[in-house]
Amino acid sequence: MTNNTPLTNNTGLSKSAAPGVANSGLATQPDNHFDRKGLVQIVLLGLLFLVPVAAYFLGHIYYVNLASRITIIAMAAVGLNLAIGYGGMVSFGHAAYFGLGGYVAGISAYHAFNFTPFMTWPVNVPGSDSMLVVWLVAILVCALLALAIGAISLRTTGVYFIMITLAFAQMIYYFANSWPTYGGEDGLPIYLRNGLPGLDTNNALTYFLICFFGLVLAMAITSRLMKSRFGAALTMARLNDVRLATAGISPYPIRLVAFVISAVITGLAGALYADLNGFVSPTMLSWHFSGELMVIVILGGVGRLYGPLAGAVLFVMMETLLGGMTQYWQLFLGLVLLGVVLFAKHGVMGWLAGRERNE
Amino acid sequence: MSVTLLIEQLLNGVQLGTMLFLMASGLTLVFGVMGLINLAHGSFYMVGAYATAAVTASTGSFLVGLGAGIIAAALVGALVELIVIRRLYHRPHLDQVLATFALILIFSEGTRWIFGSSPMRLSPPSWLTGFVTLPGDTRYPIYRLMLIGVGITVSIALYFLISKTRLGMRIRAGESDREMIGALGVNISKLYTLVFALGAGLAGLAGALVGALQSVQVGMGEPVLILAFVVIVIGGIGSIKGALFGALLVGLVDTLGRVYLPIFFRTFMPPSEASGVGAALAAMLIYILMAIILAFKPKGLFSAHD
Amino acid sequence: MKKITHFGLGLLLSSSLVTAHADDVKIGMITTLSGGGSHLGVDVRDGFMLAIEQSGRDDVNVLIQDDANRPDLARSLANEFMQRDNVDILTGIIWSNLAMAVVPAAVRQGTFYLSPNAGPSDLAGRMCHENYFNVAYQNDNLHGAMGAYMREEGYERPIILAPNYPAGTDALAGFKHLYEGEVVDELYTQMGQTDYAAEIAQIRASDADSLFFFLPGGMGISFMKQWESSGVDMPIFGAAFSFDEILIKAVGSAAIGARNTSLWAYDLDNEANHRFVEGFREAYGRTPTLYAAQGYDTANLILSALDVAHPDDQGAFREALRAADFDSVRGEFRFGPNHHPIQDIYVREVVEGDDGEPTNRLLGIAVEDIQDVYFEQCQM
Repeated sequence: MTNNTPLTNNTGLSKSAAPGVANSGLATQPDNHFDRKGLVQIVLLGLLFLVPVAAYFLGHIYYVNLASRITIIAMAAVGLNLAIGYGGMVSFGHAAYFGLGGYVAGISAYHAFNFTPFMTWPVNVPGSDSMLVVWLVAILVCALLALAIGAISLRTTGVYFIMITLAFAQMIYYFANSWPTYGGEDGLPIYLRNGLPGLDTNNALTYFLICFFGLVLAMAITSRLMKSRFGAALTMARLNDVRLATAGISPYPIRLVAFVISAVITGLAGALYADLNGFVSPTMLSWHFSGELMVIVILGGVGRLYGPLAGAVLFVMMETLLGGMTQYWQLFLGLVLLGVVLFAKHGVMGWLAGRERNE
Repeated sequence: MSVTLLIEQLLNGVQLGTMLFLMASGLTLVFGVMGLINLAHGSFYMVGAYATAAVTASTGSFLVGLGAGIIAAALVGALVELIVIRRLYHRPHLDQVLATFALILIFSEGTRWIFGSSPMRLSPPSWLTGFVTLPGDTRYPIYRLMLIGVGITVSIALYFLISKTRLGMRIRAGESDREMIGALGVNISKLYTLVFALGAGLAGLAGALVGALQSVQVGMGEPVLILAFVVIVIGGIGSIKGALFGALLVGLVDTLGRVYLPIFFRTFMPPSEASGVGAALAAMLIYILMAIILAFKPKGLFSAHD
Repeated sequence: MKKITHFGLGLLLSSSLVTAHADDVKIGMITTLSGGGSHLGVDVRDGFMLAIEQSGRDDVNVLIQDDANRPDLARSLANEFMQRDNVDILTGIIWSNLAMAVVPAAVRQGTFYLSPNAGPSDLAGRMCHENYFNVAYQNDNLHGAMGAYMREEGYERPIILAPNYPAGTDALAGFKHLYEGEVVDELYTQMGQTDYAAEIAQIRASDADSLFFFLPGGMGISFMKQWESSGVDMPIFGAAFSFDEILIKAVGSAAIGARNTSLWAYDLDNEANHRFVEGFREAYGRTPTLYAAQGYDTANLILSALDVAHPDDQGAFREALRAADFDSVRGEFRFGPNHHPIQDIYVREVVEGDDGEPTNRLLGIAVEDIQDVYFEQCQM
């Protein structure tokens, strides 16, 4: 036990806002483990694509839907990873955006199904059963909410940031829980899955491919973003915001934009999740779900492009397999998580693909 | 509304506040001294309540049960610190959140495995049942008055512990400069275990006392944990004074909001709607309060680290 | 009979290994076995499995999974049962919000769903379905019956209390519907609230002559304990959801004297019930709750229909379910046009039992042949 090691990095004292996620790599740095890492990544993504396709043609629809679920949760975690891993903003409230995206899909479908307008004043806004409309609205709503929450929360750092994001998510959770119009705690069913022009979204494989496309797109955006000047600034804001400031760049707007993009990705995943389940409820907004998303990000490896995917695969598989074995499955889930955090410091991807940097 | 109702609600708010303080003081100490964010603090609350219920049932004495509850929570806390928590001190907050989240799952399901799914029986002892009549013909339960008394006693004891004893001196030293006390030759790992066990014991005390008023069941620690976090964030993390102030503020705002918001909405809305809207807003009230305070004071009202 | 407790677990473990014969019947049970409120799921499961065991049939495979009280997990488990295991019948869900997540999609895909507990109003009304059968109650039944009972007993100024969520507002609406008079006030608490000092003070400050509350699970325990120590002297009434045998044991003396409506009581005098209560006590060593009774009835309804037809013959099996030709532990039982029960609702009082522990004692019938009000909206 090296207990007299300086611990300043963990306190509110440290100026580098981020409760140090310093061991996650710079995306721009050359990679010493390209071969092994590249192989693991290709295998991971390839399996996620091939297994459901094969399952579909063998007639096992269940596994296609399970893969869709993994894909969507991975996408939500990709969003959170942008905030936590790359931006150093430990948000404990990303369920808010996930749930909000879900509610956009649910509320829109509800009005389209009942032929009632969403609002009549000042302009008439009807519901819609088109995914394109739902996604667009989800992006807008989540971006606006994240802008407001981020603007206030980013004034704080460290544990305060963790807790204020949690507080905002709890507000929205309680609101959804007690607001009767859209079902309150009972949630809101989506009778007919929203549609896309030219596609049969009710087909399990088609829907999986839509989700898969969403996930790949989210990962591509994250990757491009982190290779850009913006990404470099965000990384610098995480590692040393004083130096960034001396370069004439204010860290606050950089972080805020990253936070909003992160929320939008998670919100879109929420919209997809609602359509997958045909159902949206306040559980999607609960702090337990925020915690699970964090768990997935850490499980996979913080600040790694493929980390959320690896984490989601592992988490959902554990949930499914353990749940079938014993009614005390959450106990074993907890033990596995504890083991990962204590002994596999760099997550599943760190273990599989080697460390990201010269650590 | 009548004055007696207001007095009673103020007492209720203070009582909720004192119990929140028992939870929050441990959380804030652990954060202040060790820099650890502990989501599993609610589990010690649950352990305290279960141990008290089990021992009270077998010995028939609430006081013996209460003692057992505090000791059990403190012991479990010390054990958890030795096995898990001390590996987390120089880890990022993120790892601490994940590890303690995992501990919640382990404690909740472990408790269910041992004690079963049914809620446990735990009632106040007969000598603490009944009520006293306060001025203005307000009847107030003796047990709740006792809770307020315990809360005040613990606050004073904590004050003396921290400001007058050697242990308190080390805790204060640890809060302001961790490297320093190591250099001074204080056995830090023992200090950390002690502080963690103290926090767990206080949570266990809260769980046992409140358990007699509420339902002793798996997951009982989670709502109070979230409230305790709100308290310490409002008060300023690491500050005992902030925890006390935050606890009373949250207790009063939550209690009064629940009663007076529906009444307020009733002045201009139909009663059934007003009740619903008022209750919904009351549920969000303390989070709104917290967001407002942090928007203006990003480090809470009494930050220890500023 | 010890083996029966391991029966469910054994099935859990072997759920993917079951090699079914062509005409075997597969039943998927999704229920809440972990987290808060899991004693409801445990009792539904145990009651259900007792009936299967007593029937002696070995061609009925029951697969059991835990939903941890999470709608999205319940939905995923339903997919697993329907798409991977090809179950014929789904059952087991405890909570209304989980039922709303699972049932509409499941019955549309041609699977039968039999509800052993939750009965949200949408599923009784505009979203009813020919493959959905509720073997428990429509959510309003017990609250409405208590409203009628309190009116008959001459209470003139009740104050009513429930959590602020759909089942809570429905409960108070259901109560008022059959109480038919004015209530002094209606109070809404937060979902999962643990401290009721504020509400109790308001009740004391009102001039009500009686209290009706709907606070299921742990909320009810907390409320009654705090009610006892507050010194308010007012008779209390509720639905059985706050007064099952397990909850009142946790409440202790504070529950004594409370009256509650239930669709079943363990001291109900009929042959099926004797067989059930004795069998349950022998197998599990405790007195069954109404959830166990509902699980037991659900299983027996399924078994009675299986004697007539296999679920593959959907039309015939559905008719057999509709006929409800089984010996219900609650006496008479039949389905209304929306496949929800038309049944007597009883009143019970919590008394001190022979062992000094609180227990329910049957007082009589509150309302005969109660039927929900939503069946007119149902078009099958």
